[in-house]
Amino acid sequence: MQKRKERVDRGIKARSEDVFAISSWREMLYLSGPRLLPVAGFIVLPLILGIYWQKVLLSVAVFALLAISWDMLAQSSMVSLGQALFFGMGAYCSGIMNHYWGVPPLISIPIAAVAGAVICTILLLPVLRLRGVYFSMVTLIIPLMLERIIEATKIFGGTEGLSGLDPFPSRWVELYVVLAALLAALFGFRRLMTSDYGLVLRAINDNDRSVMNAGINIYWFKAQALFISSAIGAFAGAFMTHVYMFVGMPVFALDYSILPIAAAIVGGPGSMAGATLGAFILVPLSEVLRGAGGLRIVFYGMLLVVFIVALPEGIFHFVQRKYHQFERWVAVE
Amino acid sequence: MMNGTVLLEVYKLSKSFGGVHAVTLLNFELHKGELLGIIGPNGSGKTTTVNLITGFVKATSGRVVYKGQEITSWAPYRIVRLGIARTFQMVKPFYQLPAFKNMIIPLYSPRVKQLAGGKYGDRNAVALDLLEEVGFERDAQVAYKVASVLPQGYLKRLELAKAIALQPDLLILDELFSGLSLAEVASIVPIIEKLLQEGKTIIMIEHRLKELFRIASRVIVLNYGMKIAEGPPDKVMESDEVKKAYLGSE
Amino acid sequence: MLLGTIVYAVINSVILALTAIGFNLTFGISGVANFAYGAFYILAAFATWILMNSLGLPYLLSAVLSILFSAFLGAVMYRVVLLRVRGQVLSEVIATFGIGLAILELFRYLGFVGIEYSLPVFIDESFLIGGVYVDMQRILIVLCSVALIILLWVFIHHTSMGLAFRGIAQDERTALTFGMDADWIATLSVSLGAGLAAIAATIIVPLGTISVGQGYDVLLNALAVSIIGGLGSTGGVIVASFLVGFAQRFTDSYIGSHWTLIVSLVAILLVLVIKPSGLYGKQKELEERI
Repeated sequence: MQKRKERVDRGIKARSEDVFAISSWREMLYLSGPRLLPVAGFIVLPLILGIYWQKVLLSVAVFALLAISWDMLAQSSMVSLGQALFFGMGAYCSGIMNHYWGVPPLISIPIAAVAGAVICTILLLPVLRLRGVYFSMVTLIIPLMLERIIEATKIFGGTEGLSGLDPFPSRWVELYVVLAALLAALFGFRRLMTSDYGLVLRAINDNDRSVMNAGINIYWFKAQALFISSAIGAFAGAFMTHVYMFVGMPVFALDYSILPIAAAIVGGPGSMAGATLGAFILVPLSEVLRGAGGLRIVFYGMLLVVFIVALPEGIFHFVQRKYHQFERWVAVE
Repeated sequence: MMNGTVLLEVYKLSKSFGGVHAVTLLNFELHKGELLGIIGPNGSGKTTTVNLITGFVKATSGRVVYKGQEITSWAPYRIVRLGIARTFQMVKPFYQLPAFKNMIIPLYSPRVKQLAGGKYGDRNAVALDLLEEVGFERDAQVAYKVASVLPQGYLKRLELAKAIALQPDLLILDELFSGLSLAEVASIVPIIEKLLQEGKTIIMIEHRLKELFRIASRVIVLNYGMKIAEGPPDKVMESDEVKKAYLGSE
Repeated sequence: MLLGTIVYAVINSVILALTAIGFNLTFGISGVANFAYGAFYILAAFATWILMNSLGLPYLLSAVLSILFSAFLGAVMYRVVLLRVRGQVLSEVIATFGIGLAILELFRYLGFVGIEYSLPVFIDESFLIGGVYVDMQRILIVLCSVALIILLWVFIHHTSMGLAFRGIAQDERTALTFGMDADWIATLSVSLGAGLAAIAATIIVPLGTISVGQGYDVLLNALAVSIIGGLGSTGGVIVASFLVGFAQRFTDSYIGSHWTLIVSLVAILLVLVIKPSGLYGKQKELEERI
């Protein structure tokens, strides 16, 4: 007798659909658990971790923000190979404001996020009309060129960068600010992408001609998605500037572009939660592997290839599927 | 001749792709409220003409004038906002989404918002209503089915509904009947007739001549990108040149 | 000074064109943007070095083997990886990017860094041209590049395989109806691109040492030149290379060496604003992709 695998929704998933969700504590826990867990985790973790791992958590949050930014762009048909562009732009904007005009971090960071986003959006505007590959090419080149230009022209501090910038009032403020930003981004953008607005963006990715045919200006939508995503990236960069109290050409380095992509792909593209999960896995892993040096990047490269080809759904969706469904063998009729 | 104002004018419209002359010096007028058929053998430039009118392809030369406004090099989304909606020959819905979610995209259009006085309203409800109008049985909840499981007949109707959702004044249907059974065509025709009664103007590109001629008041025949005949359906089919175009010369 | 600048400008332009042609050709034929291009370049150079220094094979043999190996690897990469994700832009870009990254950083990790990693020049001589000393290698580069371009042109326009390439490049669907196997052509196009990268490496790398950073630079240059000249247009690549090469060289001589990259960036930005698809770009805007 031949068998096949069948996937069936778990009983509790069916029981917690719609209004029945409030019928018992178990159902409510089933639904709210996955949502409350990260919130609770983010609040509690900083309190129980030592200073070293707090720094790692900070890094996780920053890369998670970059990964979420990447994911939003990817869902809107823009594959960015240069998150470092947004990161570096925000970093320099805040650094410059703080260094030359003495603007305090808590003001310069939000302004830098917006200013960085404006600059990046305008820079990439012409590419939005072309085939997707162009976006990837241009986002790859520009940060690397900027890195070398800064080195060569020595502007804004050149290779030495701008140092002695203002830090945050305390490391607790530092950590909770970025965690709050991450939570806001995570839930906010999840909401956005599942709304009708997000549907339009994802439709542009799927069949842009059809969306144009519906009387929607796809370039305007793409520009909006680009602005929002680059704002997140710029925020992350501006934030880190004041954590390190320094900004220099390394902010445009390839590392800031690669890890977010790996995080999003490993965690699960198409969902902000996946990007966050990916960051939570890869950043600490990268810390642990610090001794291996350059081998880490080899590892990321292979991870990218393996996941994008063989496991495109990513870890988050895999886990989500297991949470909602179970599999069983069934006889084939 | 049709009474009524001229809605669309195509004047010496031409398009060449490199060395291929897809459409050459095409002239015709469209009157408000009529159903114009565009027919011709494969490769005669019918779809290119539609693409030219709706902005998906830039004309090499010539003019397209709609309601007195020249729209020749406009982007598709702007043309849609003026009130022209088209369907595509190869229907490509968003397969992972249910049928009614497919409707959200056109319902998100600025044109729809503008006509609704600035408020979008409940898009899901409007989507379900529109789908019911084109024949998605409400009690069988067909509208909730994912697009990938729907047969061609329903997908074609979905495509039609997406165009209707934009509340156009001019509807251009590119081979709507292709791939449908006689019964399916018979069930769609009343929908088209109702659209005409509502005051819409329709252009239909078709290969299914028998079905088209029942509803079209006037027909244009294209061959190798040029108009070779124009007039009421039966008169046009009597022309030798048209017969030669379709059947080939001896 | 002027003549010397022009001489070096020509040489630099040719070098640029040589490194970019493979990438551009691959894309022009099959629409595959091979972000692992720089990796193939460096791979070929190191392969030649390894064959020569660890196995003691003669230079010419090592070079030829490396070129063939690179071409072979390109085909393998397409068939094993790209074939599975064909058509999905996201996956194609990420996959090639990941592979390129892994290869380049692997070399760096394995310690292939240092002065001893260099390839010898073919003939060690210099000539006085236009008031500057030009070494034989650079002259050879120009000669080989010209020969290569002519060969490619003949191949593309006068052989049946080249015709197939052009058919697929022009209109994939119609070419398919003529019985052309799009996958095979795509495999060959990636292979060809990788092979050209290897050839470029063999001729150019002797000018200095083999450095992993050069791999990234080659990819960047190929991208920059392709953006300016137009993806898919070989003529565009050549024109763009000369534009950029001359602009860079003259900037270097007359204004200052740190401005050369700014010139390139400005060139890219200008092109993006004025004609986004590149000088000779045949990319139609999104609307025209029916």
